[in-house]
Amino acid sequence: MRTRSWILLAILATALVTALVTILLISVFERKQEARHTSFRVVELTDDTEDPALWGKNFPLQYDAWKRTVDQVRTRYGGSEALPRSPTAADPRMVVAQSKLEEDPRLKIMWAGYAFAKDFREERGHAYMLDDQTFTERQVVVKQPGTCIHCHASTYVTYKRLGNGNLTAGFEALNKMPYAEARKQVTHPVSCIDCHDPATMALRVTRPAFIEGLRALRGGEYDVNKEATRQEMRAFVCGQCHVEYHFKGPEKRLTYPWAKGLKADEILAYYDEAGFSDWTHAETGAKVLKAQHPEFEMWNQGIHARSRVACADCHMPYIRIGAQKVSDHHVRSPLLNVNRACQPCHKWDEAEIRSRAEEIQARFFRERNRAMDALVSLIGDLKAARDKGAGDAALEGARAHQRRAQFMLDFVEAENSTGFHAPGEALRLLATVIDEVRLGQLALRDGAPSPTPPTQ
Amino acid sequence: MRKVQGVGWKALVVALILLVGATAGLGAATFIYADGAAYLQNNPAACANCHVMREQYSGWLAGSHRAAATCNDCHAEHTLVAKYITKARNGFWHSVRFTLDDFHEPIRITARNRRVTEGTCRHCHADVVDQIGHEGMDCIRCHRDVGHMH
Repeated sequence: MRTRSWILLAILATALVTALVTILLISVFERKQEARHTSFRVVELTDDTEDPALWGKNFPLQYDAWKRTVDQVRTRYGGSEALPRSPTAADPRMVVAQSKLEEDPRLKIMWAGYAFAKDFREERGHAYMLDDQTFTERQVVVKQPGTCIHCHASTYVTYKRLGNGNLTAGFEALNKMPYAEARKQVTHPVSCIDCHDPATMALRVTRPAFIEGLRALRGGEYDVNKEATRQEMRAFVCGQCHVEYHFKGPEKRLTYPWAKGLKADEILAYYDEAGFSDWTHAETGAKVLKAQHPEFEMWNQGIHARSRVACADCHMPYIRIGAQKVSDHHVRSPLLNVNRACQPCHKWDEAEIRSRAEEIQARFFRERNRAMDALVSLIGDLKAARDKGAGDAALEGARAHQRRAQFMLDFVEAENSTGFHAPGEALRLLATVIDEVRLGQLALRDGAPSPTPPTQ
Repeated sequence: MRKVQGVGWKALVVALILLVGATAGLGAATFIYADGAAYLQNNPAACANCHVMREQYSGWLAGSHRAAATCNDCHAEHTLVAKYITKARNGFWHSVRFTLDDFHEPIRITARNRRVTEGTCRHCHADVVDQIGHEGMDCIRCHRDVGHMH
């Protein structure tokens, strides 16, 4: 080749290298800029700033992700499907999630005589919590108390307003209101201020019921906001709402039943001692209980809690956006986000991890169905005996077993992980359910021995 | 040389010299700005310079090997030439991938780097592990978190 061609080639090569070095320089520059400022204070956030859009001006990455909780995506056993519906005057929702009552009609038998037998749908993302509670048909069949609003809305500023600065006073004021009135006191679904201190962004518990529940569990004057570690708080802020609860006394005080412990049978023992029941079963006359989404309690029995892995580690895993590290505020099933949620700790490919998780869920689901059949058979037997004229004395023993079986089954059924949060504990409870049904049917056959407390 | 066909070769040489100079200058500026010299040394903080390995760095800060070994002690060979070949290879590919934002997250060690690390484990712990048959086994399979948890 002639010298001139070589020189031309060299010029081209040098130009190319220069271009690549420039791209590298720009990239390094951008990352350095991103790392320098992790937040921009565009607006002043105070302890009264409720509107998440304002927080979003300072924290756009977190806010954008938080807004994505509108997504409706199915997983193998959970998640929600976006079903179109014709809006009515009473319920303007154009999209709802699938009905769990239609998916499994046995639930209607379990909840006969209770509002849940009328309308119970798969839960949707945080963005929908307030609408889905406002417009559920359960509001039509039963007068719900204001207590319900504590976990379906951003309530921190409302508490302060109603309690003149005192959270607990505001909490008590909301409890006593009828739902419709309480609903007028709130605007947003759970928002930034429900978990974050606006001055430092540190995690903060704002629900008095959780503070009181943890005191009942740990005893003394435990102050979660002063004594919990940062990693504990990454579970506690979720545990403010993803728990079992009841409305205590005529003032309908939201109460977490943890005085005897967090396990289903310990909670049941608490309810037994308090003489509490949610309703009287329409077909059997048993005084029964409804369990509500006890994710926090079940997670506590599992290996992840044991390894100090918090809710946020899997449901809000860290993501890198440029040079910034943020918690993914698009709260969702880890099965939809395996690489961020699982792979930092579990060094397997995504398909293997998903398959391990779904195998745990498949095992659980089979046993859950077995236990559900068992419970329905006990309810059937009790109803038949009652129809034949058996009196309360003859039915008392079997009814007590129904109450126990039903609560423990509902506990793992209402818990949103299809057994994953604590696989061993979930199967232990299902085995207990089946045994309780057996004891209940024996009680019907042989007369009514008084129910024995669990031996564990 | 004929000038009618275009630019003369002298002009081309001048252009080339200018370009090489510009590239060298830009390269040097980038190197200094990106703290490139740090990568030639042994300070573990340098490995978290580009933000991608922060998790690994903070894991190491809390890990058991912090007192005994830096990133290079485990992730580069213990002989001078091999060490700098590994550093150059990794440096080049990390620059390419991270600049183009084209890599799996969480990051995963490559097969070659895993072999390097296995070698350095055995180098320091020779007294103990030379007695063990290693057929089909490697140290990190069980002792995964000694360097850094994630």
